Amino acid sequence: MSPIDFLHDLVNPDLAFLPKALLVAMMSSIVCGVVGCYVVLRGMAFIGDAVAHAVFPGLAVAFVLSGNLILGGTLAGIATAILVAVFSQNRRLREDSVIGIFFVAAFALGIVVISRAPGYAGSLQQFLFGSLTGIPDEDLYVVGGTGILVLGLVFALHKEFVAITLDREMARAQGLRVFWLDIVLYVLVTLAVVISVQTIGNILVLALLVTPAATARLLTDRLAVMMLLAPVIGGLSALVGLYVSWSWDFPTGGTVVLVLTVAFLTVWVLAPRHGLLARRLRPAPGGPVEKADNTAMAG
Amino acid sequence: MSALGVHGLTVDLGGRTVLTDVDLTVDKGELVGLVGPNGAGKTTLLRTLMGLLRPRAGQVVVADGPVRRGRAKLGYVPQRHEFAWDFPISVENVVMTGRTGMLGLFRRPGVTDWRAVAEAIDRVRMTDLRSRPVGELSGGQRQRVLLARALALQPSVLLLDEPFTGLDMPTQDMLSDLLRSLAREAHAVLTTTHDLPGALHTCDRLALLNRTVIAAGTPDQLRDEQLWMDTFGIGEHSPLLKILKAT
Repeated sequence: MSPIDFLHDLVNPDLAFLPKALLVAMMSSIVCGVVGCYVVLRGMAFIGDAVAHAVFPGLAVAFVLSGNLILGGTLAGIATAILVAVFSQNRRLREDSVIGIFFVAAFALGIVVISRAPGYAGSLQQFLFGSLTGIPDEDLYVVGGTGILVLGLVFALHKEFVAITLDREMARAQGLRVFWLDIVLYVLVTLAVVISVQTIGNILVLALLVTPAATARLLTDRLAVMMLLAPVIGGLSALVGLYVSWSWDFPTGGTVVLVLTVAFLTVWVLAPRHGLLARRLRPAPGGPVEKADNTAMAG
Repeated sequence: MSALGVHGLTVDLGGRTVLTDVDLTVDKGELVGLVGPNGAGKTTLLRTLMGLLRPRAGQVVVADGPVRRGRAKLGYVPQRHEFAWDFPISVENVVMTGRTGMLGLFRRPGVTDWRAVAEAIDRVRMTDLRSRPVGELSGGQRQRVLLARALALQPSVLLLDEPFTGLDMPTQDMLSDLLRSLAREAHAVLTTTHDLPGALHTCDRLALLNRTVIAAGTPDQLRDEQLWMDTFGIGEHSPLLKILKAT
């Protein structure tokens, strides 16, 4: 299918679910791209994974009760994030162990709950791997509104998030409420995950958080640039992924993630400063740093 | 009136008493070295001064009032490895993070803040490198960035934790010159160090710490070998004492 045909399908009223899915996929990729920068820079990919799994019981309960999926997922994700933050205060357990306990437990709870629902196998697959169809109109507004809220909070708390990521000790010494900022960040990750689950799926959503941000990190040493590039990479990959998935009838979530992965690998090889090729071609690395030090000390 | 006063400070950490009845003062214009063996409680003392640990007894007084976390104008330079050096951020933006707490929630840095940052960077002679990503800096440059971050707060008291560790000799000399001149510019500077010859040479006064302040005074006042043997738990044939005699 050519891109022109894809455009025709997008405006075809019989296929109204397609532009909706595209819009939701692109909005969630953009939000995940921005939030994912903190996930990648703080090395909290495991927490992202945990939250992604933890929203599942909420989705399941909402599904069984025919309630709002986004609300259900958010509540479950936030509850798990707070449990992790609180239990991590105990110095005898490392945070990753606590996460390992709670996210699998949450996921297990979700499976038990959803098994009570009629037609459970189909809906389970939809949750886990995402789907183009079945997005209600109101979700467009919920996803858009949630996305704007998340991006707004990221913008408002940016300097605090940077401070606690750079140096927690110093942030505490300055009187920043590190514990609460952590919780807010976890909640933002949860919200980004929840709005993405419908199209991308519960298991694959981690890729939206981590891959665009990691790809952007390879391209720049400026945080602001990284936080602009990551959502662009995520949004474009969602567009291309949806096109490919629609053309060849591939599963949507899987296709988007594979497109993201191809983008990452391409950048990993070709990136101008940190890429494999650039490093191979550069004469004797390490020199510039030493030289810079000497001149600065002389000056 | 001392710029920094510590009175009868006792600190517990994880159910153990780490510091007992610590008394210490640092005056304006003075560079004081805090020396002692590993586990003596040097970092614990600094963290308590910063308000990161709550003492069981005693008081920390800065200039005119007791310390409350995030309120007093204390500049803190923690050990270099506490910092995420792989973060994509430039020197000047790191230095600006020193003012995060002072700015408060939802406020963006203004002209005054950027001016303070520029002055701090200039003071540690990093102006040429102000827009360089911190990941590309050498150890000495990184230490100066952390110092500038503390100076961005325009503090009256500077606390440094092991700033000399892992630096080569020229860089150590440059840094100790910098600390001396900062002290002369009316800061009160307290630094922990394991470099005893360097400390004896550079610092105006030394405080020998092992769970409490065993002695404090100018290098000349601390000639008594017994004090050093007590502080470091060493015998009379230790090379450390030979270094002491030589200086």
